[in-house]
Amino acid sequence: MIFKRCQYLFFVLLLISESTVLIASENALGDSLAPRLGEPVFDYVSSIVSPDGSGLPNGVGSVAEGKSVYEAKCAACHGVEGKMQGNHLVGGIGSLSLVQPTVTVGSYWPYATTLFDYIARAMPYGQAKTLSANEVYAVTAYVLFLNGIVSEQARLDAITLVAVEMPNKDGFIELGVFEPDAESGVRKK
Amino acid sequence: MSNKSNNNETQHAAGNGLLHRRSLLKASALGLAGGFLLPAKADWRSVPGAPQSTYGSPSKFADLRREQTIGHPFGPAAGSSSTPLQSLNGTITPNSLHFERHHAGIPNIDPAKHFLTLYGDVKTSLRFSYESLLAYPMESHKYFLECSGNSYRNTFPTAQNLTAGSLNGLISGAEWTGVPLHYLLDEAGLEKDANWIIAEGADASGHTRSIPLHRMLDGAMVALFQNGEPLRPAQGYPMRLFVPGCEGNISVKWLSALKAQKTPAYSREETSKYTDLLKDGTAEMFSLEMEVKSVITSPSGTMQLNRKGVYEISGMAWSGASAIRTVEVSADGGKSWATALLQSDNQPNALTRFRIPWQWTGQPSVLQSRAIDQKGNVQPTRDVALQRYSAGSFYHYNGIQSWQVSSDGMVKNVYV
Repeated sequence: MIFKRCQYLFFVLLLISESTVLIASENALGDSLAPRLGEPVFDYVSSIVSPDGSGLPNGVGSVAEGKSVYEAKCAACHGVEGKMQGNHLVGGIGSLSLVQPTVTVGSYWPYATTLFDYIARAMPYGQAKTLSANEVYAVTAYVLFLNGIVSEQARLDAITLVAVEMPNKDGFIELGVFEPDAESGVRKK
Repeated sequence: MSNKSNNNETQHAAGNGLLHRRSLLKASALGLAGGFLLPAKADWRSVPGAPQSTYGSPSKFADLRREQTIGHPFGPAAGSSSTPLQSLNGTITPNSLHFERHHAGIPNIDPAKHFLTLYGDVKTSLRFSYESLLAYPMESHKYFLECSGNSYRNTFPTAQNLTAGSLNGLISGAEWTGVPLHYLLDEAGLEKDANWIIAEGADASGHTRSIPLHRMLDGAMVALFQNGEPLRPAQGYPMRLFVPGCEGNISVKWLSALKAQKTPAYSREETSKYTDLLKDGTAEMFSLEMEVKSVITSPSGTMQLNRKGVYEISGMAWSGASAIRTVEVSADGGKSWATALLQSDNQPNALTRFRIPWQWTGQPSVLQSRAIDQKGNVQPTRDVALQRYSAGSFYHYNGIQSWQVSSDGMVKNVYV
């Protein structure tokens, strides 16, 4: 009797282990274990702004408009004309290879679109995401003007912002980049 | 007890008192033989203790707290706190002591109002609720998580006399459980050119990082549980990205969106910050993988050795490239090295605990550990590690940590 029970148990275990293998291989082939509960969305508004201009909203802002927004909402932390010690936004162009480099928007940042993206998502600190698109374009223009990158007459929008060339745009070596395998199309390291 | 080898000469594994493992077993056996005492009379032996609790807390006699809470020019909510490595053992960081680093405080998110949206270069943009993600197949893995700025104080010109945790405690080991990302990417249907995934957090900093697709398909998950319980708010509740082996910053907490696209976004946190300036003025970007590293947690900075004799040197090692192959320990400032015992599971991208016995004779000593991973990467000395980047660049520092034991038993951080 005991022997028979053991035999039965063994048979059941064999069945379980075989079905586990089967499920595992289905999983590897096509993720068929996933319940696929994602709801399709058609109206998601991206906040990711990339150097090609994707994600930039409509709007326009001038250096002069940016100066007034900056002085009201940014200068308390970043100082008049972006010169607050320890939290500065300007200066240092050409200093990166010195023993004491000065890392700022002007000297270091490779893309002007990053400035728009960051101001829109994270600034002013404590009131993030409260500036209008026009205000963000304007503050971006003002900070770039303080760094001597755009003129005092500059007006930035989705087209002109993308065209801004930053002084350190070629200053980075990208690690961790990979290319899809040309033949198989399989993505690999 | 064996009489085979009581000769100290044969027990030495390296200079200044490093012993073979068997020596420690003998020493502790001796200690036990002389150490038996009747239990002291104490209240807790006769009076019932506290009742049950809904959520436990540590003994009031265990002094456990995060250290070195660092503020930030933006204000206290944009800082960090570190895990007290010297108070812990093993390879799991308790959730209440996990280091914290955030850019605009810890949001208090209602999971019923939080969604993860997967969009961009996909066939169908999809939105996942917290409830729906809980229904997906999950995986559990032990991984380390290290802030890329961990140990940055050891890049300073003078050695700071601080604890192991204050110096090196932006590192944790935990079991992370969540939904492998490939299920979600497969469901949305990636377009052919979608080489990068941009992850975005729901906190007030809208923290954003671009991650190469291969890393997202190679073990990355939407983590929902940490050491068995739902994530703590400081670790991303209700959900965070977890990318094994990489700088902690890309495992975006409070994960709210994943955008597939051909190129990186070049967000502020991957251009202005979390890049590594080289001496020639160029900088490395997307230096995501964390380097091979180790630190001795006992004896360690600010501890006091109050007797001569045998101690267990213990610490932890990790590498973002692979599992750990070997940890070597020196008690003479790097002149000689002995191989430590790896005394825990040793998985890729996870913490490994190492131990080795040491006979302290009262001589001034410098204790060091040096990790080597399965790929052959060797943890460098401080001098070599500092050569890698421009002075003042402090991310990805993995130099050997040196603890000096002076003749009075004080242990402190030193540069050698």
